Amino acid sequence: MLRLIATRFVLGVLTLLAVSVLIFICTQILPGDVASAVLGQQATPEALKIFRAELGLDQPAYLRYLHWLFGVLHGDFGKSMTNGRVIVDELAPRFINTLFLAGYAAIIAVPLSVGLGILSAINEGRLTDRLANIVTLIGISAPEFFVGYILIFIFTAKLAWFPSLATVDSTMSLGEHFYVAFLPALTLVVVVTAHMLRMTRNSVLSIMSTPYVEMAFLKGLKRSRVVAWHALPNALGPIVSVVALDLAYLVVGVVVVENVFVYPGVGQYMVDAVSKRDVPVIQACGLAFAGVFVILNTLADILAMLANPRLRRRR
Amino acid sequence: MNILGHRAPPTAQIGLLIVVFFLLTALIGPWFAPYGQSQSVGDTWAPVSAKMWLGADQIGRDMLTRLIYGARMTIGIAAACTLLSFFIGITLGFIAAVMGSWVDTLLSRLVDVILSIPPLILALIVLGVFGSSIPVLIITIGIIDSTKVFRLARALGMNITVLDYVEVARMRGEGLWWIIRSEIMPNAMAPLVSEFGLRFCFNFLFVASLSFLGIGVQPPYADWGGMVRENAGAINFGLFAPLYPAIAIAMLTVGVNLVVDWLLSIDARPSGAQAEM
Repeated sequence: MLRLIATRFVLGVLTLLAVSVLIFICTQILPGDVASAVLGQQATPEALKIFRAELGLDQPAYLRYLHWLFGVLHGDFGKSMTNGRVIVDELAPRFINTLFLAGYAAIIAVPLSVGLGILSAINEGRLTDRLANIVTLIGISAPEFFVGYILIFIFTAKLAWFPSLATVDSTMSLGEHFYVAFLPALTLVVVVTAHMLRMTRNSVLSIMSTPYVEMAFLKGLKRSRVVAWHALPNALGPIVSVVALDLAYLVVGVVVVENVFVYPGVGQYMVDAVSKRDVPVIQACGLAFAGVFVILNTLADILAMLANPRLRRRR
Repeated sequence: MNILGHRAPPTAQIGLLIVVFFLLTALIGPWFAPYGQSQSVGDTWAPVSAKMWLGADQIGRDMLTRLIYGARMTIGIAAACTLLSFFIGITLGFIAAVMGSWVDTLLSRLVDVILSIPPLILALIVLGVFGSSIPVLIITIGIIDSTKVFRLARALGMNITVLDYVEVARMRGEGLWWIIRSEIMPNAMAPLVSEFGLRFCFNFLFVASLSFLGIGVQPPYADWGGMVRENAGAINFGLFAPLYPAIAIAMLTVGVNLVVDWLLSIDARPSGAQAEM
């Protein structure tokens, strides 16, 4: 068991490395010469040469990659190309904001969707289940910004309960933070709950068609008891991995939601950098998102292993 | 109601209706559009009137006209992305399945790495480096999405290559392309068709999201995601403007999903070919 987890962990680290290589290739090798792209067609050869040396572009690609990776591992993402600020100083507080928002949404969404998913599975085919099916289908189909603007329309424009701009800063108290970030968090909850609910329901239902569950029914047990005692323990593995995968999705879904509510997180920072074509910032943000994504995916696999008794036995 | 010899449930009929409606709008709608797509005909966010059925947008262009042109742009780009993604994904997926050995390993590991970066983030990185234009947008999304198609096509191909009739074809000395085209392709068609609907939905939302972020289709072209962004300010005044394009996006996705659900229930996928999102 421990070996299995260790293997998965090593695989996760290797994936992270591969991801960093891919990001490096996309940003540094594909576009050709960054120097002439930045300085433009009129740049003199001397200026180009100096600029290349400054960026380290006169070195071979693998050296630049190792140099970049070494810097990243020491928390040095370089400087922004547009305003010359040190990236890590801007990235760190935004990263915390993003994690706060995603965590806020997760705390509400996970118990809600797992609970409703199980309820939906117990009531399979009845009115409540069908209703949940239609509502969640709409939830999955609607883009995040649609949900976000509907919520703004109702809670800000009509009811004036919450601000439409979720501009948080470090001077705010935790309570204010929760209040201001409520609408973006709710948007994420709606989108993610729809998906998690469907997956939870499907995991429970796929167990419901197994012979031992049929046996439990034939013994004359009540449906709720069969679900809770027979189906659920075996559906736990898939549910746990669905939850972890949806959390990984949440961290990415924040990109759009942050832009709807002008929430100062990594997503907004990244989209800003993309429209200004600020490559070092794009690299840093991309790596941050991909890193969290890979870590959560690895965690999902490990938790699924732990939740499955068949994998717990020594081989 | 029977469609192609299968009984379609009411949900599928509604879905088909929505899809056909939007496709027609995209194809021939612009001929019937009341105004030009960049023609300013009223005040900023002018209210709904007989002249402008859905009001005007942030610089006084007719909302309905923009929606019609936007349908062509957004659906067109999403369709182009999906076609490209299927072309790449199916070709490489079947090659990996039929050839096996190092080709399969190489392609599969490459796909694993690409899939371990969230699609939206990867698209942002690429578009940030190359700048956004419609061809770059289509190629980027097409390639990113082809990884998902690759996995499905490979899994389907794997199930088929081990069957006797493929073995017979190999022994006859048929080439790689002949086997893919005549033996594998026809037998993998059914699941691929419903997958096409799902991938289209995904790409459609992808394009809309990127445009919403200001990184997809650039103005002055009308595009649903971009229209939401342009009109976002109206929401604070309690105006409905940004919700029209957003509703159009949600409706089309729901429609396609309803049709796909029905297609999936007609031919349940062979086991082992479950494609994840």
